[in-house]
Amino acid sequence: MNDIKSALDARFGEQTCKEQVTRDAMPTFWVPQEKLVTVLQYLKSDLTQPYRMLYDLTAIDERAYKRPQNGHIPFDFTVVYHLFSFGSNAFLRLKVGLRGEYPSMPSITHIWPAANWYEREVFDMFGIRFDGHPLLKRILMPSTWEGHPLRKEHPARATEMGPFKLFDEKVDREQEALQFRPEEWGLKLESEDSDFMFLNIGPQHPGTHGVLRIILQLKGEDIVDAVPDIGFHHRGAEKMGVRQSWHTYIPYTDRIDYLGGVMNNLAYLLSVEKLAGIEVPLRAQVIRVMLCEFFRIASHLVWYGTFAQDVGQLSPVFYMFTDRERVFEIIEAICGGRMHPNWFRIGGVAQDLPNGWDKLVREFVRYFPPKLREYDKMVMQNALFKARTVGIGIYTLEEAIEWGVTGPGLRACGLEWDMRKMRPYSGYENFAFEVPVANNGDCYDRARVRVDEMRQSLRIIEQCLEHMPAGDFKSHHPLATPPVKQYTMHDIETLIHHFLNVSWGPVIPAGEAMSCIEATKGWNGYYLTSDGNTSPYRVRVRTPSFPHMQMVPYISRSYTVADLLSILGGMDYVLADIDR
Amino acid sequence: MSTGHYWLVIGGVLFVILNTAAGLIWLERRMLALWQDRYGPNRAGPFGLFIVLADTIKLFFKEDWIPPFADKVVFVFAPAVVVASVLLSFTIIPFAPNVVVADFNVGVLFFLAMSSMGVYSIVLGGWASNNKYALLGAMRGASQMISYEVFMGLSLMGVVILSGSFNLSEIVAAQKNGWYILPQCVGFFIFLIAGIAETHRLPFDIPEAESELVAGFHSEYSGMKFGMIFIGEYMGITLISSMVVTLYFGGWLGPAFLPPVIWFVLKTFVFIMLFILLRASMPRPRYDQLMEYGWKILFPLSLVNLLITAAIKLLI
Repeated sequence: MNDIKSALDARFGEQTCKEQVTRDAMPTFWVPQEKLVTVLQYLKSDLTQPYRMLYDLTAIDERAYKRPQNGHIPFDFTVVYHLFSFGSNAFLRLKVGLRGEYPSMPSITHIWPAANWYEREVFDMFGIRFDGHPLLKRILMPSTWEGHPLRKEHPARATEMGPFKLFDEKVDREQEALQFRPEEWGLKLESEDSDFMFLNIGPQHPGTHGVLRIILQLKGEDIVDAVPDIGFHHRGAEKMGVRQSWHTYIPYTDRIDYLGGVMNNLAYLLSVEKLAGIEVPLRAQVIRVMLCEFFRIASHLVWYGTFAQDVGQLSPVFYMFTDRERVFEIIEAICGGRMHPNWFRIGGVAQDLPNGWDKLVREFVRYFPPKLREYDKMVMQNALFKARTVGIGIYTLEEAIEWGVTGPGLRACGLEWDMRKMRPYSGYENFAFEVPVANNGDCYDRARVRVDEMRQSLRIIEQCLEHMPAGDFKSHHPLATPPVKQYTMHDIETLIHHFLNVSWGPVIPAGEAMSCIEATKGWNGYYLTSDGNTSPYRVRVRTPSFPHMQMVPYISRSYTVADLLSILGGMDYVLADIDR
Repeated sequence: MSTGHYWLVIGGVLFVILNTAAGLIWLERRMLALWQDRYGPNRAGPFGLFIVLADTIKLFFKEDWIPPFADKVVFVFAPAVVVASVLLSFTIIPFAPNVVVADFNVGVLFFLAMSSMGVYSIVLGGWASNNKYALLGAMRGASQMISYEVFMGLSLMGVVILSGSFNLSEIVAAQKNGWYILPQCVGFFIFLIAGIAETHRLPFDIPEAESELVAGFHSEYSGMKFGMIFIGEYMGITLISSMVVTLYFGGWLGPAFLPPVIWFVLKTFVFIMLFILLRASMPRPRYDQLMEYGWKILFPLSLVNLLITAAIKLLI
């Protein structure tokens, strides 16, 4: 932390970058707007351990924040940059304060191409303009939307918006907005020798796995350019966060990467627990890890089957869904829910493990490995499957980092980087497992990494099974919600906490914290800001699928339509994880 | 042959073929389900057999929609082509001694001519739909079928050389002392692969490639027009299977404890099942890979097969 501070001071002068201390102890600096571009350029390329990845870019509407901020006059908006350095295994947070109703600031798309969509999202959600951005238009909201949803004055509930009426003029306006004009997307209509064909893949298409639209500019069947159009699955998860209590937001997280189930809970809760300063008991940690790994297997099985189906293999998806059903049986026995069990709680988990859980888990641990071998023969070793995936959609490690690719997509480029190993959370440092890697960075290697990951997840589950520690399943910290009940009738202190946490919900101390976990699809993080209230001041959900989808045009150019489906299938995205 | 017998054969063939094609709807769904760890249609009637009836009724009563942007005449005409050409092909197939609609002495050529007609339905249907997915599917279909046509014809010539006839009944009769699967096994494999490509079934379902092109060349078809394409595909499977049986597996020939027609049907069903099994197990290659495979491997192979067969025939 001091290294980066002294490096910044030495380069830009003592007073340029002001340090801020945050609850998550991440190095955080306020950078003046006019210095931002040079500071970022310096951090990206001139440091000995450069911050090569733009992990996240978002903003906060500070106008309702009633607390003193680091000694300066309160800003109206703050734009927050999260960078990551693989060399020093460290995050860095930069903040730029802005004043004015609809401020503008310089774009950094020329430094990181990945900033493109993030800046569009900030514009869409806050109305902050980025000068020099190549195509600054709405990304998640419809182009006809009025207002910018994450601004504090924008209503959060339908009841605040007045009754909905669909007048004829509105119908016409919406219809007009749906007209496709290639120029608006920056696409040329023709090249020197031929006209292009524009093919609209989605939003309803069997190959897109959800409501995703990709506009293809084709020459024959070769892709000249592709433009993903996202936002069809946008449900305002971040806006909902600020009107839910800290506790009641947990079910919403389940539905963000809806194949990842409780793993989303974990990403959110790690952040909340950092803010509240809660230590989670060991047993609760191990239970969490076990369920997360079950969900990793379940998610990868869905991906495995649908990927095979995308390249035309009809049967594997049925076998894999059957196996996923076995995973769900265990999850159901433990959590009561299946895809969205909403089972982790602030400070632990909802209940202790049920009697006989170990029998179910042991059965699965025995059952699954032969199945995986069978699938290897069926899918991974299939010559036609290889013909469709080897050498398709290649990106290098450099490009992956540049575009913010994380998770299996990053490891398929040869970098052995798993957050569970490199920045362990929830007790992952206590488990023995390997990090599968592959070297070519094509669709096949991404698939291989995921298949091998399922085996490692099984290893972790086995260790949870053999070494499940005794102890509490929830912390005794006063902010743990709902509080442990055994003492409530014995002393007034716990009774009060119980009453408050159940009626209002917990009051989490002011501050900010970010988590980052190795979710099923890549790094998932929740950046939470609290103003010391019963609900968050700002919830930022950084999902892995968003930057991955942003990269699709870059890696699919000059391939064919059929290859695009391999690329999409091999990427393993979930629309709710992109649109939130 | 008396006129009565003649009409009986025509009626019988038509009846059996149409019903087989319809029954294949049920068979395929049940077999796929069996191989995919599920039940498949098992509610309507015994073993779910009435699904065929239900499907037919559904197809007849669905709105038969012609898109306003389509070329109407061609759009209506295209599905008829596929059914007509496949049905016509069945006229030359000898199901048993004397059970053949038209005992042409150019039967093999007639079959090739008719199967080439089938491509018209894909191209015209895809073009007339005026839909980009359909267009891509039609283009893929056209190039796939035209190229696979070439070595389908070449692979058949081995059989023609051995039997010395284009007449299918004579070809079957010539297999009395041994089926052509042994001397012509290379030809058989090429013919089978080309046949799968002709019927555009997985792994050669590139013209309709669901995960890429939604439904490819027939994206815009609905109701009974879709039904014709659908039934046409199943008839195509039956046709290729019976051609394989006729040319390489001795047609109706078999031990005397069963009548010749039964032998023919049994053998044909083995190949129909093979088609279904293929669908359950294979991924789909990319379109250019398929072309490469055809022109760089199958085409030379079928030429070599033809040359060697001819040389052996000359020497013996």
